[in-house]
Amino acid sequence: MLSRVADSLYWMSRYLERAEHTARVINVQLSLILEHGAGSDELYWAKVLRSLGIELDDDEGDEAQSIAQSLVRETTHRASIVSCVMAARENARQVREQISSEMWAQLNRLFHSVRQARDGGESFDAREFLQSVKDGAHLFQGITDSTMTHGEGWQFIQAGRYLERTVALSSLVGSYFRELPLVHEESEPEYLEWIGLLRSCTAFEAYCKAYTADLKPDRIAEFLVLHPTFPHSIRFSAGALEGAVKAIGREASGRGTGRVERIAGKLHATLSFSQIDEIMGSGLDAYLDTVLRQSAQVHGALYQTYIAYPIELALGA
Amino acid sequence: MAGVSSRHALPAPFHEYQLDAAYDEMVDSSGNVRPHYDRLYHGILNLEADELRHRQQMAELSFLHQGITFTVYGREEGTERIFPNDPLPRILTQSEWSRIESGLAQRITALNLFLKDIYNEGRILNDGVVPRDMVYTCKHFRRQMRAFSVRKDVYVSVAGTDLIRMPSGEFVVLEDNVRVPSGVSYMLVSREAAKRIFPRTFRESGVEAIEHYPQALLSTLRSLAPQGCVDPVIALLTPGVYNSAYFEHAFLARQMGIELVEGRDLVVHDNFVYMRTSAGLRRVDVIYRRIDDDFVDPLAFRRDSALGVPGLFNAYRSGNVSLANALGTGVADDKAIYAFVPAIIRYYLQQDPILNNVETYQMSDPTERKHVLAHLEKYVVKAVGESGGYGMLIGPHSTAGERQDFRRRVEADPRNYIAQPTILLSRAPCLIDGTVQPRHVDLRPYILYGDKVTIVPGGLTRVALRKGSLVVNSSQGGGSKDTWVLHHD
Repeated sequence: MLSRVADSLYWMSRYLERAEHTARVINVQLSLILEHGAGSDELYWAKVLRSLGIELDDDEGDEAQSIAQSLVRETTHRASIVSCVMAARENARQVREQISSEMWAQLNRLFHSVRQARDGGESFDAREFLQSVKDGAHLFQGITDSTMTHGEGWQFIQAGRYLERTVALSSLVGSYFRELPLVHEESEPEYLEWIGLLRSCTAFEAYCKAYTADLKPDRIAEFLVLHPTFPHSIRFSAGALEGAVKAIGREASGRGTGRVERIAGKLHATLSFSQIDEIMGSGLDAYLDTVLRQSAQVHGALYQTYIAYPIELALGA
Repeated sequence: MAGVSSRHALPAPFHEYQLDAAYDEMVDSSGNVRPHYDRLYHGILNLEADELRHRQQMAELSFLHQGITFTVYGREEGTERIFPNDPLPRILTQSEWSRIESGLAQRITALNLFLKDIYNEGRILNDGVVPRDMVYTCKHFRRQMRAFSVRKDVYVSVAGTDLIRMPSGEFVVLEDNVRVPSGVSYMLVSREAAKRIFPRTFRESGVEAIEHYPQALLSTLRSLAPQGCVDPVIALLTPGVYNSAYFEHAFLARQMGIELVEGRDLVVHDNFVYMRTSAGLRRVDVIYRRIDDDFVDPLAFRRDSALGVPGLFNAYRSGNVSLANALGTGVADDKAIYAFVPAIIRYYLQQDPILNNVETYQMSDPTERKHVLAHLEKYVVKAVGESGGYGMLIGPHSTAGERQDFRRRVEADPRNYIAQPTILLSRAPCLIDGTVQPRHVDLRPYILYGDKVTIVPGGLTRVALRKGSLVVNSSQGGGSKDTWVLHHD
């Protein structure tokens, strides 16, 4: 497969995952803020933005709400939903002949619907729109899985999707545990915050099945970081990432693929063999920082091995 | 047979079908439907009015969903437009086609010999058949191609020749496109649409198949593999997703099962060409390039080209990679050289041309120039190196100001212009707002030249959808329609 094609498939998938994640997080917050009473909305939205990995400059402190709004239906911010969907579609367009017609048609539909939202007038229902973005992204994933050969290209799509998810979940969980005091009493505002975190990871119902609705920070952390089979846990995502990276290595046999597989394997293994009390003991924040750093290394190694490798190296092989 | 006098109104949906001086593909001069159109004519008559419209919408929808689009330059978004397709096929008889076919084969054979000659010995120039300065001043002459024999002496392996039909019914050549002709994908998708719209008429008519074009193109490209290369790796080189013909590039690559590459996917090392793949560098043996000469290699041609591959030209001259078409083929479709093609055919093949040219005046000739400039309103003036309907004056449809402007341009650079009498293109039935009306059409068959000449029967019929318009280019409001070549007459 052409390196350029692999690159486009990978980013198409990452951007779409990012759009879906942002849509879900903001959708959850739009519901929770109703319970928030008449407090300062700016502080509230600044926190939400931080959980999405967007740090505000000092002079932007009182613009948090409008920035959060712009993430929904404008293109001023590169991380906005509209920008991400457009970038995903642009990447798909570059490799139009490599993806199935059904995938292209669905991505096109999603693209037209977010563009309409951007150009649309006052009668805009944000929550309905965010829901439709999530649905559109899910549909695209389903179509991808059932219409595209599960070969190298599909594996690059998987790698992009799960790398993005690992990174997004790590920032999200990290920011919640930094900002909320870990008291074990059931005070109502905090209860709502924890529900918000779980919902932002589509994990509320799954958590309740495992632990009942008794929300304890340690358990929440364990569930979101270390659950082996829940698809929006960090460990699951790292596992899927490792699987994709290994499959890519098998497809492109006979090349020095050891490094990227080793880093992805190490990331997954660290998560598989960790225990929550150890993590909490030595600091969840530092632990998630390591996850983020290793994810960045997987990305870098993937590029050096398959996409932006030096020609001299390839000729020597 | 339906008696269709031009004085009587025809039955709907043909009630607005009127004849004029142009040759009509469906109706003869006495008003009768030509026998080979009879089946289609009755097929349409027997359809409910709504049914026709419904089928057309069906076809348009399938174009949209398949993303059959072309790019319009210069706009930020929404730059992809659906290619307009007229659902009614244009029909040719077997004997009409066999004449066209043998004429095109003759022409491409002669043009290939001509290109080999002018880049090597130059016999035709020494013998004074084609003026030397006309070849050397051609914008598309590539001195870098001198004294280099291309693989199997095949310069033009893919050509798309524009034919028009005179009021007399004779097909003549309007221009040769031997650089990077496009449109063949529209020929193939128009056929798919026509088969959906007129399944029964199609089957009963006995239409020659065209679906093997991608395989024929692939074997033509294969035949150009460098010496000693048994199983060549072939790639289609595209300028990228922003090119107006990107749909076609992707379509052909997919149909042939070859890699679609951009300049940045290729690297040259030690005069070999490789593509960057996730499994490392992979050698490329044949490149079907859909990039103009100028942009192919920034080291050999335009330095500012970001689309090309540095070093590609040296790899090509070393014989390690074949390009289709060869570089420098534009000399053969220069509109001033065009006037010499009949002489070129006689010179190399000792045959009379089977297909005639349109009468052409060289603006570099003082007598001809004087005559044309005095009667500009009667002529079509064309810049010799342009294509796609750009750089052209259509005398009868021009304003005095435009004519004045062109007069100045011609006088400033006579070598760059030719003139032809305005020709009334033939007309074929088209579906316009639910009625059938005649519109002007041309015909672009696609010729493949490798170990043998292959021409799939028919080609792309381009149609000027605006009433009265003679310009069929898609960039200028034209569309396409399917072309049926019947097994019989």
